[in-house]
Amino acid sequence: MPHVDQFLDSLERLEVGWTRTPAKELSSALDDVLLSPSIGAPLPFDGLSLEGANVNQQPSPADLESGSTGVTAARMAIASYGSILIQSDTDATEAASLFPDRHVAVLRASDIVPDMPAAFERLGPALRNDAVTTILATGPSATADMGALVKGAHGPMEVHVILVEDR
Amino acid sequence: MPDVSRRTKATKIRRLMEAEGASVAENTQGFNAGRYASVKGLDDYEGLKQRARAIKEDAIERLPELIDQLRTQVEGRGGSVYWADDAADANRYIAEVAGDADRFVKSKSMTSEEIEVNEHLKAQGVEVIETDLGEWVLQVAEEAPSHIVAPAIHKSRESIAALFNERFDPEPPLETAEELTRFAREQLGRLIQGADVGMTGANFITADSGTLALVTSEGNARKTALVPPTHIAVAGIEKIIPTVEDLQPFVELIGRSGTGQDLTSYLSLLTPPVPSPVPDFDRPDEPMEGSERDFHLVLLDNGRTAMRDDPQLRETLYCIRCGACANSCANFQQVGGHAFGGETYSGGIATGWEAGVHGLESAASFNDLCTGCTRCVNACPVNIDIPWINVVVRDRINREEAPSAVNGLVDGLLPNDEPSGVPLARKAIANFDTLARWGSRVAPLANWLARQSPVRWLMDRLAGIDPRRELPTLRSTTLRSWFADRDTVVSDPDVILVPDTYTNYVWTQRGTAAVRALEAVGLSVDLADVGDVGRPALSQGMISTATARAETVSEVLAPHVEANRTIIFVEPTDLAMLKREYAKLLPAAEAERLADASQDVMSVLREQLETSGSSRLSEGKGQRLVYHSHCQQRTLDLESPTVDVLERLGFDVTTTSAECCGMAGSFGYKSEYYELSMRVGEALRDEVQELEGTEATVVASGVSCREQLEAVLDRDVVHPVQLLV
Repeated sequence: MPHVDQFLDSLERLEVGWTRTPAKELSSALDDVLLSPSIGAPLPFDGLSLEGANVNQQPSPADLESGSTGVTAARMAIASYGSILIQSDTDATEAASLFPDRHVAVLRASDIVPDMPAAFERLGPALRNDAVTTILATGPSATADMGALVKGAHGPMEVHVILVEDR
Repeated sequence: MPDVSRRTKATKIRRLMEAEGASVAENTQGFNAGRYASVKGLDDYEGLKQRARAIKEDAIERLPELIDQLRTQVEGRGGSVYWADDAADANRYIAEVAGDADRFVKSKSMTSEEIEVNEHLKAQGVEVIETDLGEWVLQVAEEAPSHIVAPAIHKSRESIAALFNERFDPEPPLETAEELTRFAREQLGRLIQGADVGMTGANFITADSGTLALVTSEGNARKTALVPPTHIAVAGIEKIIPTVEDLQPFVELIGRSGTGQDLTSYLSLLTPPVPSPVPDFDRPDEPMEGSERDFHLVLLDNGRTAMRDDPQLRETLYCIRCGACANSCANFQQVGGHAFGGETYSGGIATGWEAGVHGLESAASFNDLCTGCTRCVNACPVNIDIPWINVVVRDRINREEAPSAVNGLVDGLLPNDEPSGVPLARKAIANFDTLARWGSRVAPLANWLARQSPVRWLMDRLAGIDPRRELPTLRSTTLRSWFADRDTVVSDPDVILVPDTYTNYVWTQRGTAAVRALEAVGLSVDLADVGDVGRPALSQGMISTATARAETVSEVLAPHVEANRTIIFVEPTDLAMLKREYAKLLPAAEAERLADASQDVMSVLREQLETSGSSRLSEGKGQRLVYHSHCQQRTLDLESPTVDVLERLGFDVTTTSAECCGMAGSFGYKSEYYELSMRVGEALRDEVQELEGTEATVVASGVSCREQLEAVLDRDVVHPVQLLV
């Protein structure tokens, strides 16, 4: 896969953790990084699901507050920046990627694009034609407003990418 | 400015520097260094800036059409778009949407600060909570932002801890940045959960898709847009760009330019209606289901249409509010936005914003803090000529200020085309050439007189020239008279040297050295019949005087340009005037010809050394130098020719990185700014002392840099060309 190495280097720079896994071992890859309780949203990818992992895929508002890990799909990633795209849907994708302290993103290797122009080439039609809402997330949430750089402001303090290599 | 307001202003600046200066300096200098480091990672930084600029130019040109397109997109999907003529109109609409709402939560938005929506809603009985941690600190402290991007940079961790501990009495008391952040997150998290309305701004809005782009790092904007059932976005009409793809250069530039981050943590691209279910924390255990979220976009005019029609202020609308102009400004770095700002906006570009949305009076309160050093010009991701906007607004302010009796007197002595409202201090500075000409004729007397304390007292009271500042010493042998006395007749010179006011009357050594150095590389030199290129007048916002000077200079130099002679400058600010500002003052083709013909002396020497390979110039033999090039020279990318020449001749050169020396022409002479100027100069002094290690020769190109460095270092400073002869 092109760009995978560059993407992982970028994650390294951002201090974002990552796991490479084949599709059939997704559940065990997830088990290694979930801190219970975990919440999430169904994966929109054919043949990939969170069913085998211990993830509440229909969290209530109270679950958003108590969840330690949020597991969601990342629909695209940008190799040069280490950014992932979290697309809003009618499930709890946006909330689960935002409230818990740890965000675990499941990304297909084939969805990695090299750079920002390539990302916007895909975003243009999606936003125009399908009214897509998406978050381009680069590393954990952060603030420098309290006198020093702190990871974990209103959003996650830790991000982990599960890269499904054969998809 | 009357004497008393000068003193008030000096006191205000002194107090701000004491209370907030250290925090502001640490943060802004950190952002600025981060910008330099981060843009290095781009393959084509200049190309990206040019694309961003072109997109903004196009967007503002086609704005009415884009607004229609945006409205169709948003309304077509069930959202509302409201055009607000002004702040009152926007606030009225927002209150109407609020209905019986009890609480608004907001993510950071300067446009919402501009309309003072918080105060308006509070008066209606609505609680408004800022969720950006920096904004929330200020809300708790009841203070105003000191920076458009990082609003609480003037507060240290210790002062925030003291504030929270006193206000909330947490047990155990908070101390570290992590503890403070965690505490704020929990407090604000609860407030967000119970909010009725979420309000955001927008960094960009794409007309083709109706998407709001929000550039953030904390995640509060995401929660603000996600949790409450109603979302109101307030954005200036200038935020609209044509397409989604047009976002790309801005996304790659904005974080780098602002805080030195390649990208901020989050870029929200919200295309309402956002499908995410609205979490109802009043029914915490029920599953979240897709529910309708109301969306309102308030497009704010508030003077922007008039700015678009104003050829001088229009460029302000290209601003993406990244804060680079503030961070790269040597003055801002010491005082922050509480001094260098108006009612809402702060930093260099704030002059344009304040003049456009709040009026000249607000701009006049801080516009003088822009010294025209131009360091923000290259920092701006959309290439806005921020110093020029400051000059234009200064000119407009001059024309509004009331004339005084003293001015009437001086008008006869220092004639020009300016309105009688121009203050005496400005006229004295603008006409320094005339004053120096009179003074040099009776130099010993004039210099003696200028040193006497009653005279200095009078100069302070009448013209605001600070008595603590040493005045330049006028020479009775000027560069011109030295040149005339040489009895060398040059009938067809190769190059023409401009004996600028300072080189001619004050720093003649660098003028004579320049002539000798040029001759040593085989060029025959004559002096131009002009000296004052209009820089002092322009620095005081006296555009018509500067234009008249430019016309004279152009007329005098025209035959030389025609004869393909290079016009040579030793003073960087005067060269920059011809290369940059003349384009605003003269017809385009004429300005371009002059700019192309003009060069600094060191560049010409480099060219000659490259072609001939040898010269009669002095060798450095390893002499150690600390070189501070001039701010405007660096903006024109002309630091390297000087360094090249010196290194080629065997000098060991180290360069400074301070953006400006703080003297900035006449700025450091003004009573109200003397202490600020010295603070900036002391930062440069510290850098020079660190760089030089053991004793090195301190070298500067600009006359005001030399004066400042000699004042703070208490030793002689030379022009690079003086080392070569």
